[in-house]
Amino acid sequence: MSQTQSAPAALRKRLLETPPHWTTLLALAVLLAIVAMALFAPRLANFAPTELNAMMRLKPADGTYWMGTDSFGRDLYSRVVYGARVSLMVGAGVAIGAIVIGLPLGLLAGWFRGLDAVLMRAMDGLMAIPGILLAIAIVALTKAGLTTVIIAIMLPEIPQVVRLVRSRVLATRSETFVEAAVLLGTRPMRMIWRHLLPSTIAPLIVQGTYIYASAILTEAALSFLGVGIGTETPTWGNIMAEGRLYFAMNPWLVYWPAIVLSLCILSINLLGDALRDRLDPKMKGRS
Amino acid sequence: MTVSQSGQPVLSVRDLRVATMGRRPAEILKGLTFDIAPGETLCLVGESGSGKSVTSLVTMDLLPRGELQVTAGRAELNGEDIITAPPARNKALRGAEMAMIFQEPMTALNPVLTIGLQMDEIYRAHTRMRGPDRKAAAIAAFESVNLPDPPRIYDSYPHQLSGGQRQRVMIAMALALKPKLLIADEPTTALDVTTQKQILELIRKLQDEMNTAVLFITHDMGVVVDIADRVCVMRHGEVVETGTTEEVLSAPREQYTRDLLAAVPALTPRPARAQEAPEHVLELVEVNKVFEFRSALSKLMRRPGHRVQAVSDVSFRLDRGRTLGIVGESGSGKSTVARCVLRLEDPTSGAILVNGHDIAPLEGQTALAPARRAVQMIFQDPNRSLNPRLTTGDSLVEGALNAGEPRAEALARAGELLEVVGLPRDALSRYPHQFSGGQRQRIAIARALMMSPDVIVADEAVSALDVSVQAQVLDLLAEVQARRNLAVLFITHDLRVAAQICDDVMVMRRGEVVEFGPAGQVLANPQHAYTCALLEAAPGRDWDFAKGRRVTEPA
Repeated sequence: MSQTQSAPAALRKRLLETPPHWTTLLALAVLLAIVAMALFAPRLANFAPTELNAMMRLKPADGTYWMGTDSFGRDLYSRVVYGARVSLMVGAGVAIGAIVIGLPLGLLAGWFRGLDAVLMRAMDGLMAIPGILLAIAIVALTKAGLTTVIIAIMLPEIPQVVRLVRSRVLATRSETFVEAAVLLGTRPMRMIWRHLLPSTIAPLIVQGTYIYASAILTEAALSFLGVGIGTETPTWGNIMAEGRLYFAMNPWLVYWPAIVLSLCILSINLLGDALRDRLDPKMKGRS
Repeated sequence: MTVSQSGQPVLSVRDLRVATMGRRPAEILKGLTFDIAPGETLCLVGESGSGKSVTSLVTMDLLPRGELQVTAGRAELNGEDIITAPPARNKALRGAEMAMIFQEPMTALNPVLTIGLQMDEIYRAHTRMRGPDRKAAAIAAFESVNLPDPPRIYDSYPHQLSGGQRQRVMIAMALALKPKLLIADEPTTALDVTTQKQILELIRKLQDEMNTAVLFITHDMGVVVDIADRVCVMRHGEVVETGTTEEVLSAPREQYTRDLLAAVPALTPRPARAQEAPEHVLELVEVNKVFEFRSALSKLMRRPGHRVQAVSDVSFRLDRGRTLGIVGESGSGKSTVARCVLRLEDPTSGAILVNGHDIAPLEGQTALAPARRAVQMIFQDPNRSLNPRLTTGDSLVEGALNAGEPRAEALARAGELLEVVGLPRDALSRYPHQFSGGQRQRIAIARALMMSPDVIVADEAVSALDVSVQAQVLDLLAEVQARRNLAVLFITHDLRVAAQICDDVMVMRRGEVVEFGPAGQVLANPQHAYTCALLEAAPGRDWDFAKGRRVTEPA
């Protein structure tokens, strides 16, 4: 069979033909648990995440406070559970936003050679700015909030998507069937939609998972630095930032959110790797 | 050349069976048996999928692991079974006792190492020679394959050599340790005819000198005539017929062999078609194409870049119902002419008249729309010219939808055209990978016909197909041409194909037209030295495939 076989049915087949590795299943289970945690936070949490209790400051873990309490006497377990909401939302917002903006730019840059030079230099410029610094600047200039943070983290991710899509388009446009379509009178927009877009989808799905994971990490870093989402909304980052002051007295204030954050990132990345191996069998066994 | 059948064969294959691995194993080789004596050339001939290449891989112990496995049989090199031998032993045998030449010398050589270094590695792995001796041996080996300036070749990288030179290097490497068996898997298929002829002569000469046995794999009956002592015709993993070249070619016992031989187009041109009331549908007037390579810096400084004249002053007229063949070797500019006609490239100067209108200065799909309808193309490789993600139906109606035809109407027309090209109507809902190469080329023809063109440009349209399929596709093309009174611009490197389908022939070399005239005249009575050289180099020219005997007088 030819190397280029990739009908829509083939995509489904490649995803489902062999049973997944056990690490993939484990990662999927962990991620589903975290998603469930975010969705059902009000039911799973034992307390409201912002409920103060001055009598119960810095308590160790026990039957009531499963992970102990912080310096304001708030239940750490409840705060970690609610923190999942922000993290997953930021991840999804950034990944979807970066793809929605980056995909059309990449497609246009790949097909219109004149536009390419201008657009790609702009992207180079955007990539030259360190992501966290850019995010800090944007958050500092505007009011900190979920939307601002998502936009701030998304901006530096856009060039990655544009470059990926553009490289796929450049590879596809050298195929003979694209030339054949030109000869059939296909106009640029239709060409992009029918012949170029489909080949970019598989690598984009994979890239999307990596963006998702790194966005969660960046959001935690911003919150930890105190420029992210305000302390009234618990996030894994600002829980750690507050816990840092009492690290000597109760290190678990930092450990718990850190463990959940690490598990979350790890499982997303593992799923991304598994997807990549399935969608691009040539990459199997490499990293 | 005399072949001694006495003594032990160099390679002896007995009832060899190879199957794919996996849940549903399929048998690729179904009990293959043959021998090769020292100094003998055995040609494995067959169409794609016949198992010729798998045979060579078994012999070299290079079967892809985890995909194919030998299920039964023996393959003995000098009496030693390769299949049961440990990998380390086979590794020692490869290079020293048996060696292989591949089809594409560019991919078989490492692009980032010099030729000398790659040659050196062979001596280092298999001999105890010292550094200076190894270099001397390498240069002597390059000399023996007639490479010009061996010391320069030694320090060159693969991309600095031409295709023919690279294949010579591959032969020098293969024969470096004087192996008993040389396996050549389509070694000249990717080369121009004149180069092919030199390489075949070289293999012959070296074989005589070293008494090497050669297992030569090819799909080209012409090459068989030129090189084989014995022929082994294969089909679906089985030997159909074996015998000396003369026997098999002049008195084939099996129907399949007869069909294969009958499908080889004759070199003698067919009579030109009668022409009534010529109507020019395509006319080129002094078309030039210059490719210019300039770096960003020289663009800024307005310095001229590196210029290549790909096409210079090409003019011709093509009338309705006629076929014009452009023949030439790679780099002759024949494809660039086609791409200019189709406006996939912009000609640097000159006029391209389609139905009387100059399309050279037009820009953009809207302006070019009438020309796009009138001139359609059939590409060389049908595996790549159809979008693998679209159904046949979607591919066929694309042009019609672009022209504003309603989808249902276009689909109905596409269904009719599929029947015209010999495919069932339900092929509309299937994907390209569900068809064979020949069927895909039929779909490509149907797609071109969907536009109701006046001119069809066929760029090596049958070169990627097996001979039997090639004949069918050419027949189909002739049929639709006659039925719709089409003009065909046929670009090919294969003079046999050109002789069979062209009314007029244009011979190109380095962007220039060297000879142009009726096919009967150009191919039967060539005037230009280059045309003569091309005809001279056509493989198997001294064999008449139709009559099944040697041609006594050169045609």
